[in-house]
Amino acid sequence: MQTSTSSMPLPKRLIGFFAVTIALTAAVAVLGIILGMVGSFVSNGGGGVTWTFLSEFPRNNNTEGGIWPALAGTTLLVLLMTILGVPVGTATAIYLTEFAKQDSWFARSVRFAVNTLAGVPSIVFGLFGVGFFIQFMGNGIDGWLGTSSFGDGSLLWSAATLAVLTLPVVIVAVEEALRAVPRDLREASLALGATRWQTIVKVVVPNAVTGILTGSILAVGRGAGEVAAILFVGVTYSSESIPSAVTEKFMHLGYHLFVLSTQSPDVDLTLPLQYATTLVLLGLTFLLNLTAILIRSRLRKR
Amino acid sequence: MAKDIPLKIETHDFSFYYGAKQALHNITIGIPERRVTAFIGPSGCGKSTFLRSINRMNDLIDGTRTDGHMVVDGIDVYSKEVDVVTLRRRIGMVFQKSIPFPKSIYENITYGLTLNDSVSKSDLDSIVESCLRKAALWDEVKDRLNNSALGLSGGQQQRLCIARAVAINPDILLMDEPCSALDPISTGKVEELITELKDTYTIVLVTHNMQQAARVSDNTGFFLMGSLIEFDRTRTIFTSPSKKETEDYITGRFG
Amino acid sequence: MSNPFKQTRKRPGEWIMEWSIRLVASASIVMIFLILLFVMREAATLFVSAEATTEATSTPSAGSNMEPESYNPDAPAEAAASEPDVYNPEAEDPTTTQQQGEPGAPGQFIYASKNPKYPEIYNPDTGLLPEDIDVVAEDQAEVDTTRKTSVLSKLTGDQWQPVGDVPKFGVKPLLIGTLKTTTIAILIGAPLGILAALYVAFFAKRRVREVVKPAIELLAGFPSVVIGFFCLVTVASFIQDITGAPYRLNAVVGGIGLALAVIPIVFSIAEDALSAVPKTLREASLALGSTEWQTAYRVMLPAAAPGVFAAVLLGIGRAFGETMIAIMATGNAPLSSFSPLEPARTVAATIGSEMGEVVWGSEHYGVLFFMGVLLFVFSFGLNAVTELYVKKRLIKKFQGQ
Repeated sequence: MQTSTSSMPLPKRLIGFFAVTIALTAAVAVLGIILGMVGSFVSNGGGGVTWTFLSEFPRNNNTEGGIWPALAGTTLLVLLMTILGVPVGTATAIYLTEFAKQDSWFARSVRFAVNTLAGVPSIVFGLFGVGFFIQFMGNGIDGWLGTSSFGDGSLLWSAATLAVLTLPVVIVAVEEALRAVPRDLREASLALGATRWQTIVKVVVPNAVTGILTGSILAVGRGAGEVAAILFVGVTYSSESIPSAVTEKFMHLGYHLFVLSTQSPDVDLTLPLQYATTLVLLGLTFLLNLTAILIRSRLRKR
Repeated sequence: MAKDIPLKIETHDFSFYYGAKQALHNITIGIPERRVTAFIGPSGCGKSTFLRSINRMNDLIDGTRTDGHMVVDGIDVYSKEVDVVTLRRRIGMVFQKSIPFPKSIYENITYGLTLNDSVSKSDLDSIVESCLRKAALWDEVKDRLNNSALGLSGGQQQRLCIARAVAINPDILLMDEPCSALDPISTGKVEELITELKDTYTIVLVTHNMQQAARVSDNTGFFLMGSLIEFDRTRTIFTSPSKKETEDYITGRFG
Repeated sequence: MSNPFKQTRKRPGEWIMEWSIRLVASASIVMIFLILLFVMREAATLFVSAEATTEATSTPSAGSNMEPESYNPDAPAEAAASEPDVYNPEAEDPTTTQQQGEPGAPGQFIYASKNPKYPEIYNPDTGLLPEDIDVVAEDQAEVDTTRKTSVLSKLTGDQWQPVGDVPKFGVKPLLIGTLKTTTIAILIGAPLGILAALYVAFFAKRRVREVVKPAIELLAGFPSVVIGFFCLVTVASFIQDITGAPYRLNAVVGGIGLALAVIPIVFSIAEDALSAVPKTLREASLALGSTEWQTAYRVMLPAAAPGVFAAVLLGIGRAFGETMIAIMATGNAPLSSFSPLEPARTVAATIGSEMGEVVWGSEHYGVLFFMGVLLFVFSFGLNAVTELYVKKRLIKKFQGQ
């Protein structure tokens, strides 16, 4: 590049310099913002993340104490979400890569639906959680069983809402992993007289396990930080205990941060708590995403 | 061509289409039992497509269809009564690239066997040994049967794939350019193996290497642009072909 | 002759598994329909109850209380709160209980109005801003006519004031707010994302690329509350310092926050599109004597244009649908002002901040769901455009020529 620019007239070289610099600046700016954000959280919240902070209940109307119920609630939520969502996502990905004729209308519809689902604003999932899971399913179950525990926001309905929200994340990641399994390997198995199903179970899925794992981790990472979708589906800002049943309400790290920073009567007082909560939430999603990105880049190289 | 040997595979006006594109044009051929039959021709001439049509591997590709008859052991394999899985269990296949499963050597050999039947460990052991011996690989790997097959060299991997195909005890072995990715020494070993295996199996070999066809096969067919131009004893094809296209190809005037 | 290849083994298990997988695969399609259906179903209560209300207002007001199905906006809020299907998650909370005493504030969130650092200029009791208070007197005169107007004309009003004696559901300020913040977010986020993608795809050395790309992808994993919080405490002060804006939280702060959510989306899709441009195109251009930058800007970027366009469209989708950042960083006041330094309130933020305090089944509830339908339809439309139009053009460009 140096050799070609040096033979050019000065204005052109300036434009060239500017063209490269502006792209570089954009990349540096984005990186700078990310670093600035993380740096501000670490420097302001680093001291607040102590064992007592992690293991204690909030006290005095969320102005003192720790975040244990929020941490536990978030964990329970994403675990339940994974159990509900990952099997469906994996099955869909298996359908798309192994069974679907690529130009069939059904395969194309599934693909379109997955992309659409990925673009639906998370708040709409929240409304869907209210309208479908609580009002329709919950009240339906209550009416049927004669109970009164399902027709209200709960851990179960929040996890179900998030499972739908993260479904495209799982599908895309697992599909990518399945496609990375060489076609030859499938043919070798089929040529040995294995059925399509045996090939999937014995050859394709074992070779795509890391990808299924990546999908689950990405989904968990997305679900752990998602607040808008669960705002009205079962999250609560104060709880005396860790939920012991899926029909109970729960505390959530992201929602806790939201409440502390915008809904609390004295925001300044709890600022250290807010920073520490942010750091924990970010650390959690950061770790999950980093793991997934690393696994995936290793997978792509293979 | 000798007519005294029974035919294992016969086709009558067999045509094959990828969507609207016709890849094989009215192939009629009789492949004799327990002989090595080689198919040669320039790349894209349809020889691999023909090979993959015998055990219906092309079914896996969307939008393909066939016409005419592909008869194996007296049964049209594209008829409704044929179960493609059972068909493939009777026809072994070796691919261009050696593709061992990312499992141990032992598991690679037993993969096809344990799919549907429970076989005792001692039976499996003896089958593994006999297959690896048939593939001339036993002495090289007998001490590391439980190591990953991916640790073998390219030539060893290809022989393992042959052993794996032999393990399901097929009547027919289809080989799709099995030596194209191998060095000359490994190629020599595989060719030796092919000559030994032809007493037991009907072998159909696709190769782009004319010398290889001349060395190992009993009969040779020449494909060009989806048509079978000529099919005869290998010696006849290479010394006095009856078609001009064959002669041009053999003498290296194109392809 | 006997058939040696006939099926020797029935495999009903596999048949069942195969079809269950097909069935499960339809879940995504089913979900799309369910979302539309059930969000619309809840929104439909709006139109049903609105008819009931219109009928009720024509009869004496005492009669309207006896109609169990109708929602009566005149009824005291406390009475509404005692209805069985009221959703009141904060009922046990002491601070909320205190507020219960205040008129017209049933079970609502403790709004930050008492917070000195982040003065919430939007008054949740009246739904009005201080500056607009003089308008109220005029409006009081129109009360009777407002009551009788249909839902649709209510929605087209100029004010969003869902709580109060005369609820007003004019979505205009919300649409203006959404437009304002989304525009700012795209103006900041799209160029940054595209240029960063261009840098990573063409100019960066391999080793740099392997650091920059995952780092920006990591930004996509930042929870939006975290971005919102960052804007609330850091960006807001910074912007106020350099602009001297009268309000700490405003559309610019919110727009920057949304841009942070938009950048990774625009970046990764644009980067994919740029990397998908055939290498031969680049080599051909370089072979003709163009420099790297000329090739990048004049050959590669235009070649990937449909993909970059798709990236921006999906970025827009993310910006207008984003809720938490919009609630936390925009000031969240339903103003009809186009000024970027004044607060804004987006449609999504309105749903997010009011759904928790609304009486389930009420008119307000229906309006919020109706806005949810709007969001869904809009995002669906954006996605359909990218899927059906942009991708086709991209494929044509690379294969058809």
